[in-house]
Amino acid sequence: MAENKKLIEVKDLKVSFYTPAGEVKAVDGISYSLGYNEVMGVVGESGSGKSVEAYSIIGLLQSPGKVIGGSITFEGEDLLAYTPEQMRQFRGNKVSMIFQNPMTCLNPVYTIGNQLMEALLCHDKSISKEEAYNRAVEMLKKVGINNAENRMKQYPHEHSGGMRQRAMIAMALICKPKLLIADEPTTALDVTIQAQILELMKELQREENTSIIFITHNLGVVAEICDWVSVMYAGKIVEQGRVNDIFYHPQHPYTKGLLASMPRLDADSHERLIPIEGTPIDLLNPPKGCNFAPRCSECRKICLREKPPFTDMGDGHISACWLHLQNKETQKDAGEEKPEA
Amino acid sequence: MSEAKQILVEVTNLKKYFPVKNQLFLKQKLFVQAVESVSFFIYKGETLGIVGESGCGKSTLGRAIIRLHEPTSGKIVYNGETIFDSETKTAVPMLPYRRKMQIIFQDPSASLDPRMTVGEIVGEALDIHHLYSSKEERRDQINQLLDEVGLNTEHANRFPHEFSGGQQQRVGIARALAVRPEFIVCDEPISALDVSIQSQVVNMLEDLQEQNHLTYMFIAHDISVVRHISNRIGVMYLGSMVELAESYELCNHPIHPYTQTLLSAVPLPDPEKNKTRQRILLEGDIPSPINPPSGCRFHTRCPYATEKCKETPPELKEYGPGHYAACHLLDEKA
Repeated sequence: MAENKKLIEVKDLKVSFYTPAGEVKAVDGISYSLGYNEVMGVVGESGSGKSVEAYSIIGLLQSPGKVIGGSITFEGEDLLAYTPEQMRQFRGNKVSMIFQNPMTCLNPVYTIGNQLMEALLCHDKSISKEEAYNRAVEMLKKVGINNAENRMKQYPHEHSGGMRQRAMIAMALICKPKLLIADEPTTALDVTIQAQILELMKELQREENTSIIFITHNLGVVAEICDWVSVMYAGKIVEQGRVNDIFYHPQHPYTKGLLASMPRLDADSHERLIPIEGTPIDLLNPPKGCNFAPRCSECRKICLREKPPFTDMGDGHISACWLHLQNKETQKDAGEEKPEA
Repeated sequence: MSEAKQILVEVTNLKKYFPVKNQLFLKQKLFVQAVESVSFFIYKGETLGIVGESGCGKSTLGRAIIRLHEPTSGKIVYNGETIFDSETKTAVPMLPYRRKMQIIFQDPSASLDPRMTVGEIVGEALDIHHLYSSKEERRDQINQLLDEVGLNTEHANRFPHEFSGGQQQRVGIARALAVRPEFIVCDEPISALDVSIQSQVVNMLEDLQEQNHLTYMFIAHDISVVRHISNRIGVMYLGSMVELAESYELCNHPIHPYTQTLLSAVPLPDPEKNKTRQRILLEGDIPSPINPPSGCRFHTRCPYATEKCKETPPELKEYGPGHYAACHLLDEKA
């Protein structure tokens, strides 16, 4: 990625879950970095490790999950070395998170106002209650909640899904964090409400200069809001690059497959969808070679034997697939056809 | 679509109200007006897509048609035979019709009995309708059904929890196909599945339709999927049908303001197009169906609403060949 200073750098992060059935490598050696004022989308299917990766940044990984390797550096500081108390100060203050289901993340027995003010009062001891109240009201107005003073007094169940998600966003942004992690923030919402929320997030991102890690499985949403995209499959990043590169020049067979398998609203005629055959791999018994090899239509012998390295396509666009290397170098497996570029 | 365009299902003024639990001190009984006077028909062999946001009554409509929910009022005609009519108080026994009308549910893990093996789940329908003469025939039929939906015969002895979501949905489809129906209501059959699995199931549904000459009513909230699979699309908002047209026509020339907003709200997997596209953003949320707005139900959020919209509910009228919509504005233009 670009040369300027990085907000967060993740290097070779590995997260495993130790279950009675064995070790599950939910995140298996992923690296990326994100600069100030940038939005990165993390796309992947369920079980690809996209949420786990985000939870490990904010230190919310639940047992039996454990970070077993790699580093996370936030503005030059090593997050994994933080004590729980430091982490508590860090969360909400510098990094905050929006979860998928706003109903389960808001406390049903406290008013919205109470919960918003709590976030402020927790992190800034010098702030008075009135000041916190005013800022909470201001924040609610900013996220487009009408009649904010009355809404402050209401409980989460009195709000609709879209309103709750707005309240969640207000709560996440009230301490002006530098990084916002949004874990499928619009998946539970309807499209018209989703459009409102995305518009709001874009606006707030511009105003507050927040960086966002946007986790989703919806490629349309990614195309809408992100500058960078990481495509994850079975705990690994398979392709990463600028949003235009990923959507107009996808390199990895999985990314290509995802884009081809989606029905498109802007398609001209009725074309048959090209599905990715098979099902996602069982992370308890990962294959020896490339994780995507069992489903890949262009699988070679080497794909089953060894994990592919990243190939740099220029301008931060990287993709992990043996095909790229075979195109560049001589064919490694004699007797096989040369793949098309 | 069939050449003669025979009508298979015809629905007239269908209503479904659910009573709300009585509140103390409240004399008046409250109802959730889930489906409010919906009329349409489905041609034989076509796929009619129904889209709308959550709570718009699309699933209730699907279930009311096959009378899993008893309609409050209205009329349903299946293949020329009236199966429900509130005016003449007709309500025929549904068992013979269950062989012709089936449903695929949204959440496969919730709609399959966890204590039954896949063979039992699929075979249960065969038992009820006595569709075999010997045990061997029953087994062969089950195996053939599993084969049709892309499962192996040895899967018959496994339990639903041993399958992935996509495979569970395949079992749900096999169960619906077991009685060799003519008409299947697909109630969000793919929304619980992963993106890469969705296209597999969509393709399979299309293949099955071709092989078995099925008629689908395909309910979903994702308009791009509905557009892909449907011949015609109906758009619902808060219990009423607002627009109904051929799918290409509807997506490219929507005439109802709500359809226009819905289409513009879908993010496209195309970064450049998204930047240039005009967006219509709606204010506010969907009103409660317990106390829906008077007149046109969309008027509280409609950017073009007039006084008339607040008073009289618009009727579904034909504005182009096969293009129906319910909006007062269109009358003024015409």
